[in-house]
Amino acid sequence: MPYISLTEPEIREMLDRIGVETIDDLFAPIPEQARFTGKLDLPAAASEIEITRELTEAAVRTTTLDRMNSFLGAGAYDHFIPSVIDHLAGRTEFYTAYTPYQPEASQGMLTAIFEYQSMIAALTRMEVSNASLYDGASGLAEAVMMAVSIHRRRKKVVVSAAIHPEYLATIRTYLTNLDTALEVVCTEGGVTDARALAAAVDQDTICVAFQNPNFFGNIEDVVALSRIAREQGALVIASVDPISLGILAPPGEYDADICVGEGQALGGELFFGGPYFGFFAAKMDYIRRIPGRIVGETEDGEGRRGYVLTFQTREQHIRRAKATSNICTNQGIIALRGAIYLACLGPHGIREVGELCLAKSHYAAEKLAAIPGYRLAFDAPFFKEFVLECPKPAAEIACDVWPDGIQPGVALSRWFPEMENHLLVAVTEKKSREEIDALADALARAGAHESGTSARGAGR
Amino acid sequence: MIIEEKLLIERSKPGLRAIRLPKSDVPELRAEDVIPSHLMRQAPPELPEITEVDLARHYTRLSQKNFCVDTHTYPLGSCTMKYNPKINEDFIRSPVIRRVHPYQSEGTIQPLLRMLYDTEEMLKAVSGFPAISMQPAAGAHGELTCLMMFRAWHRDHGGEDRREVLIPDSAHGTNPASAVLCGFKPVEIKSNDRGLVDLEALKSRVSGKTAAMMITNPNTLGLFEEQIVAIARILHEAGALLFMDGANFNAILGRARPHDFGVDAMHMNLHKTFAVPHGGGGPGSGPIGVSAELAPYLPAPVLRRDEDGACRLDYEREKSIGRVRGFYGSVGAILRSYCYLRILGEEGVRRVSDMAVLNANYLRKLVGEVLRIPFDRLCMHEFVAELTAFPNLPERPALQAAKRLLDLGIHPPTTYFPLIVNECWMVEPTETESKEDLEAFAEAIRQIAREAEEEPELLTSAPHTMPVSRLDEVKAAREPRLTWKG
Repeated sequence: MPYISLTEPEIREMLDRIGVETIDDLFAPIPEQARFTGKLDLPAAASEIEITRELTEAAVRTTTLDRMNSFLGAGAYDHFIPSVIDHLAGRTEFYTAYTPYQPEASQGMLTAIFEYQSMIAALTRMEVSNASLYDGASGLAEAVMMAVSIHRRRKKVVVSAAIHPEYLATIRTYLTNLDTALEVVCTEGGVTDARALAAAVDQDTICVAFQNPNFFGNIEDVVALSRIAREQGALVIASVDPISLGILAPPGEYDADICVGEGQALGGELFFGGPYFGFFAAKMDYIRRIPGRIVGETEDGEGRRGYVLTFQTREQHIRRAKATSNICTNQGIIALRGAIYLACLGPHGIREVGELCLAKSHYAAEKLAAIPGYRLAFDAPFFKEFVLECPKPAAEIACDVWPDGIQPGVALSRWFPEMENHLLVAVTEKKSREEIDALADALARAGAHESGTSARGAGR
Repeated sequence: MIIEEKLLIERSKPGLRAIRLPKSDVPELRAEDVIPSHLMRQAPPELPEITEVDLARHYTRLSQKNFCVDTHTYPLGSCTMKYNPKINEDFIRSPVIRRVHPYQSEGTIQPLLRMLYDTEEMLKAVSGFPAISMQPAAGAHGELTCLMMFRAWHRDHGGEDRREVLIPDSAHGTNPASAVLCGFKPVEIKSNDRGLVDLEALKSRVSGKTAAMMITNPNTLGLFEEQIVAIARILHEAGALLFMDGANFNAILGRARPHDFGVDAMHMNLHKTFAVPHGGGGPGSGPIGVSAELAPYLPAPVLRRDEDGACRLDYEREKSIGRVRGFYGSVGAILRSYCYLRILGEEGVRRVSDMAVLNANYLRKLVGEVLRIPFDRLCMHEFVAELTAFPNLPERPALQAAKRLLDLGIHPPTTYFPLIVNECWMVEPTETESKEDLEAFAEAIRQIAREAEEEPELLTSAPHTMPVSRLDEVKAAREPRLTWKG
């Protein structure tokens, strides 16, 4: 076996030293009734050559993003990843290390996390960031749990219906076993209905959570939503697309209490859904309530600057049952990719990426909405993603254009049965005008038989 | 070579760039024309302006300030810092795995789904469970998911008021923390003088209020819970469920299967047992295995393979607890474990636990000549040593000795855990350390023990060879500086 360095004579010598005859004897502490004596139902050992060949064969039966014209988004985006990220985050000194429990031997990772926290704080304009959480969905659920722990007397969590349905499902799961109600506020014209929100929020409301741009790609009036929450003393939780923050107001500018989001867009590979990272930032007032690791700057005996895990009294290995959360990992290496990405782009690059997304998505929207039978579902301003209403079910449209190698977006009927004809189209900076034009041509052909009829999807 | 490394923001100069974006090929659009001004950013983010060269130097130098498995012996107990095979890294770099969107149609990604399905099958084989979910993102997340399922199961079986979860005093801190998150009340069970769950204490605590027990087996002392079958029976007879923390699964691969010995649900740490690199703190991955009775409560979606051979994600799960994260799971981590298991095969998997337990016991013997081993008998994959026998080291000897170990080029074991042993180290060499490395570790301890008698200040002022000496953690908490802005 390639990963074991012991020879047979060494094994013999070691067994003798331990004072047992055989390897089997080492397992004597496992009582007979608990022992497994059969053969594990596993495939025979494969060589690297065989494993690699399997991948080559798999490639023939897979259509990767590089072999299609994709407008898929809905929370996971195909943004550009600079080469330098793989090369630096791929260093084994980073990826084969553990959580930095021994700071003197982990200054590399600790400094990198400190810089990550600094850049997340700068991007979101929040006061403090943790070292990252699992992903955007669980990060938002953790934010809600944190709010619950801050407002112990209050009993209701209010969430916009325009957050990612999987994030909503995650929050629901986390809250199921607590004595806390969840109220979902409806949308109007593709954004959170401010009047409905004002009616839902009261003195018993723990927090208001919304997403910006929201799940439909639309830009929320975050200033108005935050004001409604604050008027009743509820905490403001904003889940944001980090790529949008070069252009859109960062949560710190509208006085959000907690800011979370999916970090995948910051240099993360798509990987069919993970591993990604959730970024998590908050006001300094809540520092002792924040879940996950936090790195702080300090100095050693000689006055040299150094970094340590800090505020560990919040954490489960010290507080056990009284911990703020059960989380003991961050997404170290993926968050590191995020940090390198932000440093790579800098203040101007992050704005330019946003401008490209904005220009290209608006070009696409205008072009697609001009096709007979299609129209934009909402009038709200959007950033890089929009909902297109098709002349027939969006899932059928997707099938129709697939022979052209196009994935036109995500059919919203997946989560919203009343939005059968609605397609969520994401356009990142990577899409070329040619690709967008090809999408328009394909949609025109797919919709040709249906246009002219009054087929319009129900529901908004 | 130790270099004083500036922060990125200190290297920043206006106008520098690390990346150039392409010119737009669509008509120009001013953000101000489509977005209301009060919803736009007021000032650019204070990110560094820097070149690619600077970035490369910065992160390469930072990396050189880290101990890692590829450079040092790293015997962190309960963390299973085994070697991370390079083929796993190349494997998941394949576009078949990396360049796939979570909402791509299933017909376009059958090979990927099949690999995920096969990973589940292999995890079933080693754990004995009939059903798996790979959704949880880490070990603690897997614990939480299992407890949520327990809560739902009890609710359906007239046990809504069962709120107590029994947890041994040697358990990981995540166990009680996860229990509380599910609205359970943790109840501590004392260990006996053999370092195992005290059956009498357990019996006296089990009642109609007990929802479950969370057990770690082998436990955090590295000892197999010899009474595990009886423990499972006691719980089941009382209508409660048994969860197993799978952090130490590496010890028993192929030798015992948790479901066979009565466990109802467990999590597995792919980043421990199944060679996913720890990534400096993550990502991990914490799949769970559950009994047939609990299977309907698994988070959705569940991966299934139909008669036509196609793999599909099943979202329609009436009794499911819902979701614990977005999308399917940490696929990039999961498929490293797939590759690892395929390379090992049946024999290789057994060899892992055989050699892990051999290394731990050999090291226990060597270390036992210098340090006290409180439960000195055959251990599994790890053992706990006590560092109290140094009269010249009155304060926190386990810490002082750990810091000195850094000077000798070895990452210290886990310190001050489990909580039931004073001034302890928890040592887990894993199967991938060589005999020479184990002996070098023992020799280092011998040297440190000598120094503790003769030159204790060498320990109390350690480390001497790292980029920084001991850092002021009190200052870090009292005068928090958590970003470079202060």
